Amino acid sequence: MSDINNYVAPRSLDEAAEALRAGNVTLLAGGTDLMPQSRSGRTPLRPTLVNIRRIPELRGLSESGGTIRIGPLATITELRDSALVRERLQALWQACDSFASDQVRNAATIGGNICNASPAGDTLVPLLVLDAQVELASKPNGALAKRALPLADFVLGPGQTARASTELLSGIVVASSPEDFISSFFKFGTRPALDISMISIGFAARRAGKTLRDVRVAFGAVAPRPIRAPATEAALEGKALDDNVIGAAAKAADAEIHPISDVRASDWYRREMVRNMFTRMLTHVRDH
Amino acid sequence: MSATIDIRFRLNGVDTEVSVPATMSALEMLRDRLDLTGTKYACGEGECGACTISVDGVTVNSCLMFAADCDGRELMTIEGLAASSVGEALRASFTRNGAVQCGFCTPGIMMQAHSVLQKHGSCEPADLKRTIEGNLCRCTGYVKIIDSMAEACVAADEGA
Repeated sequence: MSDINNYVAPRSLDEAAEALRAGNVTLLAGGTDLMPQSRSGRTPLRPTLVNIRRIPELRGLSESGGTIRIGPLATITELRDSALVRERLQALWQACDSFASDQVRNAATIGGNICNASPAGDTLVPLLVLDAQVELASKPNGALAKRALPLADFVLGPGQTARASTELLSGIVVASSPEDFISSFFKFGTRPALDISMISIGFAARRAGKTLRDVRVAFGAVAPRPIRAPATEAALEGKALDDNVIGAAAKAADAEIHPISDVRASDWYRREMVRNMFTRMLTHVRDH
Repeated sequence: MSATIDIRFRLNGVDTEVSVPATMSALEMLRDRLDLTGTKYACGEGECGACTISVDGVTVNSCLMFAADCDGRELMTIEGLAASSVGEALRASFTRNGAVQCGFCTPGIMMQAHSVLQKHGSCEPADLKRTIEGNLCRCTGYVKIIDSMAEACVAADEGA
C-alpha cells in the first residue's frame, strides 16, 4: 500500500473541492471498494487521502420540483430502507436489496458504487434506466462550480469515469416518475449474497395496458461498462407486449451485448442468461 | 511513512484516543493497537464477516473501514457485546444449541445477531438467514446458528 502524506476530513463541499484542487487526491467515502483495491495495489492511494464522509451537502435523499435528488453519501442500506426509493425507483430498490451483504450495504455509498465504475456495478444499471444525471463539483477559479451530465456519459469503462481529478460527485438526480411508470432490475450471480453479477438487466417504461412507451433497457456485466440498449428499446417502443415483440426484443438484446468469458461465466452462458432472463422479465411485465 | 492521524471515538462505552497511520484498517487498530482480539481477521475483503463490528449502531466489516474513519464515532466490538445482557443471552443461546464449533466466525455472527435484535427485525429463520448472508462459517453450523439466533430473537421479543 502506498504512503499517505496528508489526510483530510473536510466538513463542507467547498473545503473538499479546495483539497481536490491541490491535486494528487484519493477520495474516501464508505471504503468498501477502496480498502481492498488499495491493499491489492489495483488502485494505489495518492499522497492525499480526503475522507468526504462528514460533508452534510453530500447526504440525504429528497424529492422536489419533479426530481429526486440522492446524496452520493447515501448508503445502500439508507436507500433500501427508503419508502421513496421503494415506491418510486423500484429498479434501484431491487438493486440495493440484492447488493452484497448487510455489513457492506451499511457502509457502501451509492456515490462510491458509481465512481468505482465497475462493469457489474449494481446501482449503475437501474440508474441508467432511470435516466439519472450526475452532478460534479469543483473549484476551478476559487469559486465552487457544478456541472451535470447523464450517467450514461459519465461511466466510460472499467474503473474509468468522466470525473476530472479535481472534481467530486456531488449529487445524483433522477426525474420523479409518472404514475404509469414501472421499472425493474434483475441480477444473476452464483449465490444470492456478496456475488458480483454475471449479468444484470434493468428495465423501465411507461405503460398503458400492454403497450409500452418511453422504454429503457440497460445491461450490466456484458460489456466494458453498463450499457443502455437503444435497438432493444426501439424493438419495444410503442408496442403491445406479445410473444413476437418479446422475442424480437430478446434478439435485439443479444445483438447489442458484448460479453466476455471470464472466471464468473463464459460469453455463451452470459448471452443465454440475458436472452432467457430478459424474456422472463418482459413476460412478467405483460402478465402483471 | 504514512501520515499519522489522532482520532477519538467511543469504544465499548469508553472514550478512546489513538494515533493511527492513514492506511491502517479499523480491524488492525482494534487487534494490534487496542488488543481487542475477539474481532477476527480472515478474508480481508469483506466477504466472510469474521471482522464484523458495530459503528454508530450498524454492523460493518472492520477490515474494509479505514481506522481514521472511526474518528467521532461510536464503536462496539464483541468484547463490548459480551459485557451486555444481550451478549449474555446470545452466548447462552449459542451454547445451548451447540452453535459454536471452531468458534472463529462466532464473534462476527453474534455482532450480526445483535443487530437483528436491536432493529427488532423478524425472528423468522428465513429472514435471519438473510441477515447473516455476509458471515461465513466453514464448520457449516448454520442450522444451529439460525436456531440460536431465532431463540434469542424470540426471547428478546417476549422481553425475557
